[in-house]
Amino acid sequence: MSTKLDFSVLLREDYPRLIIEGVSTMLQLTGYAWILAMAVGILLALLRMTRNRWAERAVALFVEYHQNVPMLVQIFLWYFGVPTLLPDSVQLWFNQRHSEFLFAIIAVGLCMSAYISESLRSGIRAIPGSQMEAARALGLSYLRASRLVILPQALRIALPTLVSHTVLLFKNTSLAMVIGVAELTYATREIESQSFHTIETYLLTTVIYLGISLLIMAGGAMLENRYRIKTR
Amino acid sequence: MITDIFHIVRDNWTLLLIGQYPNGPLGGLAITLILSVAGLALAFPVSVLLALGRVSPLPILRAPAIAIIYTVRGVPLVMFIFWVYFFVPLLIGTTISGFTTMLVTVVIYEAAYLAEVIRAGIEGLPKGQVEASRALGMSYLQTMFKIVLPQALYNMLPAMISQFVSTIKETSLGYVISVNELTFAANQINSTLLTKPFPVFVMLALIYFVLCSLLTQFARWLERRIARRRSGGPRSTVATVVPNSNTVAATTAA
Repeated sequence: MSTKLDFSVLLREDYPRLIIEGVSTMLQLTGYAWILAMAVGILLALLRMTRNRWAERAVALFVEYHQNVPMLVQIFLWYFGVPTLLPDSVQLWFNQRHSEFLFAIIAVGLCMSAYISESLRSGIRAIPGSQMEAARALGLSYLRASRLVILPQALRIALPTLVSHTVLLFKNTSLAMVIGVAELTYATREIESQSFHTIETYLLTTVIYLGISLLIMAGGAMLENRYRIKTR
Repeated sequence: MITDIFHIVRDNWTLLLIGQYPNGPLGGLAITLILSVAGLALAFPVSVLLALGRVSPLPILRAPAIAIIYTVRGVPLVMFIFWVYFFVPLLIGTTISGFTTMLVTVVIYEAAYLAEVIRAGIEGLPKGQVEASRALGMSYLQTMFKIVLPQALYNMLPAMISQFVSTIKETSLGYVISVNELTFAANQINSTLLTKPFPVFVMLALIYFVLCSLLTQFARWLERRIARRRSGGPRSTVATVVPNSNTVAATTAA
């Protein structure tokens, strides 16, 4: 193994294509999983606020499951386990259409939705009840009070955790590698095993991951500054 | 399906619990727990140093601590596993086992996350504590080690248990480099049975679920107890539920 770093290796063969496709798959996975996680997360937080005992329990169980089981195991369960419950024709349909990508989105998205619903919930709980009472006393309906008074404040409180969960989601898309989704980590291993230039390959990927993570964190910090409520 | 799970557990419980031991290497849940406990225990002193560096008034200590913490928080665990897998043998000159690789990775990773937990604990203490001890003539280090850290660490106990839960979950990634832990054992069972992936992975998920949610409940109980003690009365209001470990670090992110 050579001790001098030679990044030009990464331009040989079809390595650039592998890396670009890996980054693109990773970003798509992050994007779709994030949308799923936010949608389900908001739904769960709303369900938990309804004060229906069964709804609350179901949401609590969903959240506990997704927070206490490793995401890797959840991915295995979705990719290897769930399709066997479906009829053969559906299984075949899945196998012909990159089911690993689809199941990776579902597994990562649902797992993170639990975290997102929790941070939304703690944001909502941090708003004093008197806010709602005051809004209602001023003549706003329950829904309008939620939308105009409670949620804008709750979201601001939840924003830092939402951002860090987004980073976490982004990092965790690397786990899709284990079921053969050709995202960046997967591409990295391919290139490494073909080129034997381990340091160069890993360094590039690490820098890409770190760069995007820091970008998300910086974006979050910007949003926080922008929407901070001015205090005296 | 429940009978399937029952049969799988009945036929493979030793593999899941201790691997091939005593006829082969220790594995399964035992290795998962050993990795998590050892990983967190070794990460603890490192994380205290990192946290002290992070809150230090000296930029020369603060900058590297911040760099380490942000790097760990911004790069997936899998990448760290690959780095350790490749780099540590280069440094020490001999190859290392998958177990050691995973242990080193967990220590690095957890040290950074735990450091943020401890920092939150340090910054959560009232300023008067530091001011009072400095006024009494204690040095900065004395203040840190005799006044600030003992309180911060005690207050952060629940968050540290949450971090332990995270560590248990993280060790499942040892599967990627074929460490003989619980997830790996379940995959072995899956590939011998071939036709029962759903029950096998439901069982695996259940084992983690029981283990981790018991620990999470314990962390919540501890948090309520500590909140009560700190506020003095036996029946004061309950603090917020422990969110997962990462949120502690998260609130300090921006």
